[in-house]
Amino acid sequence: MNRLVIKGGRVVDPAQNLDGFYNIYVMGGRVASIKKVEADTSEVGTDVDVVDATGLVVVPGLIDPHVHLREPGYEYKEDIATGSKAAAAGGFTAVMCMANTKPVNDNESVTRYILKKAEGQPVRVFPVGAVTQGQKGERLTEMGELKSSGCVAVSDDGVPISDPGLMRRALEYSSQFQMPVITHAEDSSLVGHGSMNEGVVATRLGLKGIPNAAEDVIVARDIALAELTGGRLHVAHVSTRGSVELIRRAK
Amino acid sequence: MRLKRKDLLGIEDLTRDELELILSTAASFKEVSEREIKKVPTLRGKTVINLFYEPSTRTRTSFEIAAKRMSADAVNISVSTSSAVKGETLRDTARNLEAMRPDCIVVRHSSSGTPHMLAGYVGCSVVNAGDGAHEHPSQALLDMLTVKEKKGTLSGLKIAIVGDIAHSRVARSNIYGFTKMGSEVTVAGPPTMLPAGIEKLGCRVTSNVEDALRGADVIMMLRIQMERQSESFFPTVREYSRVYGLDEAKLKRAKEDVIILHPGPINRGVEISSEVADGPYSLILDQVTNGVAVRMAIFYLLLGAAKEE
Repeated sequence: MNRLVIKGGRVVDPAQNLDGFYNIYVMGGRVASIKKVEADTSEVGTDVDVVDATGLVVVPGLIDPHVHLREPGYEYKEDIATGSKAAAAGGFTAVMCMANTKPVNDNESVTRYILKKAEGQPVRVFPVGAVTQGQKGERLTEMGELKSSGCVAVSDDGVPISDPGLMRRALEYSSQFQMPVITHAEDSSLVGHGSMNEGVVATRLGLKGIPNAAEDVIVARDIALAELTGGRLHVAHVSTRGSVELIRRAK
Repeated sequence: MRLKRKDLLGIEDLTRDELELILSTAASFKEVSEREIKKVPTLRGKTVINLFYEPSTRTRTSFEIAAKRMSADAVNISVSTSSAVKGETLRDTARNLEAMRPDCIVVRHSSSGTPHMLAGYVGCSVVNAGDGAHEHPSQALLDMLTVKEKKGTLSGLKIAIVGDIAHSRVARSNIYGFTKMGSEVTVAGPPTMLPAGIEKLGCRVTSNVEDALRGADVIMMLRIQMERQSESFFPTVREYSRVYGLDEAKLKRAKEDVIILHPGPINRGVEISSEVADGPYSLILDQVTNGVAVRMAIFYLLLGAAKEE
């Protein structure tokens, strides 16, 4: 049985309330024991691989619930192989990839294509299916099929769901498959052609600003709809104080 | 003396000394345009490229005439004839132009920051002829020259800038310029056209146009773009004109010797009435004349004066 010890690193694992300097003993690919560095008097045999983690941070495999692997369709930006390698290099062992590919990941065949391409990559890839067909904000996707083919959530990320009635139905319908709706919370008409946060910096640079209210109004709307429907809402890339306060209060 | 900088990208970057240097140089060049033979040999052998991605008559012509009166060779490239329509990036265009060894590229673009990006790509001088809603430094300089000629000074004046401040590069450059020279700038316009935090640029802000005009030494009216109506920045041209348009009645609020500027092209009867535009206080055509002198000075101070040190 192969054995490994990761010595002297700062081990951080919020799930176990750990933050300190520990040696980690691994047997057969699983963590066997964790010992405080100063209290560890174990002898390490010559058959054990030793990783010196002095000066490094040691964490459980990180999960990124919001990545864009861009494949299929936008391979000139990124593909599943390059995105997976980048994730692994950054300490991630699992990623959730958004549906704004081309074609959009709104049906089983695209989901299966992504999962096929993800085989053998250094991280686990969990696809996110679209909320609406073609991300057009008109008709819901076949979420049951998306779920059974491997999607773990639904999102029209990149495009806000403008129609409140449709958002209500999405939260209601997805709940039967235990899939959260991940939102890109922005009101398109308030965003307009804005390219940065509204304020004196945008004014000075002569750029069109986006007010915080563009995010806040949609977060407030979606919280009300989540309450109404009992659906599971996940607000992606929260970026305003107002959103944080709204979400905190709603929780 | 010369400008100790490669490019002229905005008024925000300039010191008061630099502004004064450009203005005094421009004043001395005005006389060239009054000669029988309107040409000096100062920039002979220099090449200026006017690269305009936005339509412009006045500014492009003014830069071209300024270059030619300094004996530089001027070449005009406008977007309809350029490679941009074929999908060439700004960077590739810049490097291709630079390969022809120009001494200066004058650029106008609808995107803020384009001249700054271009300046990083090329070794020659870059002059900003207007970038998005950011800056239009040569316009502010010609406005300052026009005011200085009439008022004898640029300090202690009350300047009112009225109109669509949010989308105006002229407003921004003039706020920087006049405040640096020691004048007090008030901007006025509908709240929908006042950009967030504009007061932090050092000006007063109001939506009461009478308040802005009271006691003004200089009134600068900005052009209103009709298409803003459909974007709901104002309900109708009629209402805009009634509330913000400069007519004889509103003009009475200003000082008796007030002067009126407008960067052009004017919408008669919209932001400015015909009587006012053609009236005795209007310096709109002096601005155009001074534009040539200011641009001659810019070329001279960036390209020509170096060798004389």
